[in-house]
Amino acid sequence: MIVLEHVNKVYDNGFHALKDINLEFKKGEISVLIGPSGCGKSTTMKLINALNTPSSGKVLIDGKDISKMNPVELRRNIGYVIQSVGLFPHMNISKNAAVVPRLKKWDKERTEQKVNELLDMVGLDHTIYGTRYPSELSGGQQQRVGVVRALAAEPDIILMDEPFSALDPISREQLQDELIRLQQELNKTIIFVTHDMDEAIKIADTIVLMKDGEVVQTGKPDSILRHPANDFVRDFIGSKRLQNENESTYEIPLVDEVMITNPVTAFPSRGLAEAIKMMEMKRVDSLLIVDRNKQLQGAVSIYRVLDQYGEEGKTVADVMHPVRFSVASGSTLPQAIEIMDSHQLSNLPVIDSNNRFLGLITRGSVVKHLAEVYPTIAPPELSGEGE
Amino acid sequence: MESEHLTFSDFLSYISRNKDMLWEFFTQHITMVVIGLGLAVIIGVPLGILCSKNKWAAKIILFITNILQVVPSLAMLVILMLWLGLGTTTVMVGLFLYSLNPITRNTYVGLQQVDASYLESGKGIGMSPFQLLINVRFPLSLTYIMSGLRIAAVIAIGVVTIAPLVGGGGLGREIYAGLNSNNSLRIFAGAIPAAVLAIVADVVLGILQRKMDLSKRKSGGAVTAPAKPQKTA
Repeated sequence: MIVLEHVNKVYDNGFHALKDINLEFKKGEISVLIGPSGCGKSTTMKLINALNTPSSGKVLIDGKDISKMNPVELRRNIGYVIQSVGLFPHMNISKNAAVVPRLKKWDKERTEQKVNELLDMVGLDHTIYGTRYPSELSGGQQQRVGVVRALAAEPDIILMDEPFSALDPISREQLQDELIRLQQELNKTIIFVTHDMDEAIKIADTIVLMKDGEVVQTGKPDSILRHPANDFVRDFIGSKRLQNENESTYEIPLVDEVMITNPVTAFPSRGLAEAIKMMEMKRVDSLLIVDRNKQLQGAVSIYRVLDQYGEEGKTVADVMHPVRFSVASGSTLPQAIEIMDSHQLSNLPVIDSNNRFLGLITRGSVVKHLAEVYPTIAPPELSGEGE
Repeated sequence: MESEHLTFSDFLSYISRNKDMLWEFFTQHITMVVIGLGLAVIIGVPLGILCSKNKWAAKIILFITNILQVVPSLAMLVILMLWLGLGTTTVMVGLFLYSLNPITRNTYVGLQQVDASYLESGKGIGMSPFQLLINVRFPLSLTYIMSGLRIAAVIAIGVVTIAPLVGGGGLGREIYAGLNSNNSLRIFAGAIPAAVLAIVADVVLGILQRKMDLSKRKSGGAVTAPAKPQKTA
């Protein structure tokens, strides 16, 4: 367990970065420090591996004051993952991953075995990737190695400083899922810094919300969502996630709140092979065809595309079918559901008064919305186990 | 002038007749350069590291090495001669002082340019400052240090031709002998190898410099050629 007691940090220029921080990070939990930039979340995290020393107050790990430990020794026993990854470009992946065990003078065999095991565990086959260099890996792969490096010397504590913020959304999701999976196996004490509330809600056991060097609220994601301490928390969480906050003010949701705002669309001029590629990438079975003025032109399903795939010159505009049903922005969700139900639709586009395409109601988005409104129906453990 | 009637075959025959002597000058030439540069590396690299540790040290050290390099080569050697006397030692010390600036400066710049994220991650995972220097900063500055060495080498090979003026050997001796006896063959026999040596040093060290750019290191061999990820599991 990590305890911060009355920690203050005042910089030489008089800036009071941390104001009387009292925190407790429980063993085996993922604690997420979150807040707007400059709130002191990274500064707080770096107290734990002595990259930052408090001006006053104490940091205790398992009851021991870290200011009395050798900082270099301390850091070797704490995994560290940073946003910019920081893999050493002149060392291959195996060497990079083995840096900490080497610093700790593990014997070669043990190091190699551990590193290979971990690389395989994060989906990087050590026989393929071990001898490659960081510049040959994608950002997501590099950060996987970053995580392996942090885990290699079997630390109990791991610090992660916005580790996934620089990644593309798909890799970010994958790495978040992987972190959750790894944590189920490894049970480390993880301190995770982020500014992304979705990420925090997804991975955190405990969320610590900070602002201007102070802790505003601490608690399980669920309890923060249900009982935000003040307006700042409410703003930070975002009204969308808070709709269930007060039953009496609960209103019938509008389609605009439920719809997916970034469904998979394509311009009419796209070729069929491109369409298939897009569907494959986004894992959908149909595409909405939207022109440059955001006017909804039609839809194509994968079956239609495959049927006509042989004819090379064709574009999606040639094979699309018109969209018969849509719903206007500002309609209520029950109206949309009714249309979908009576016409057996799997999805329903939302358009504005100028016929511009705004988003898509799908069965998935309706279910997701319900899950947000009635979080008690789905216990949090269940939501964590997907994939 | 007689020299206008000289042909290339005259030149070749002069060289083959005097090849033992020329070879000796050539090896003297290289020896002086290598020792002067070697000293400059041994002293200059640590000085560069010192510069990177302390801003004031950097200012002072770079100021002094800079002045050393600005002094005209002949003046430098003559001043050293007053102190060290005639001979090869004077030349080597001069070369050392001359090469100090590019090597120190490039070591310093090389260490400074290492990306902060490598330093943060190195420090964060528990490297001591010394381990950080040896394992991260130094390897990632090698290409800069090499480029300093390359500049120094080219300068040194040029400067060393005036070694005979302070009692040193090398190809310069052949050049001055040629000048004194108005013998173009001897001038060429000294000047051409010296020029070739400078060009070869520049090219070879340039290749080394590029090889040592570890910041974009790639694994050799066919493994990398297909960038496709073969793994899906």
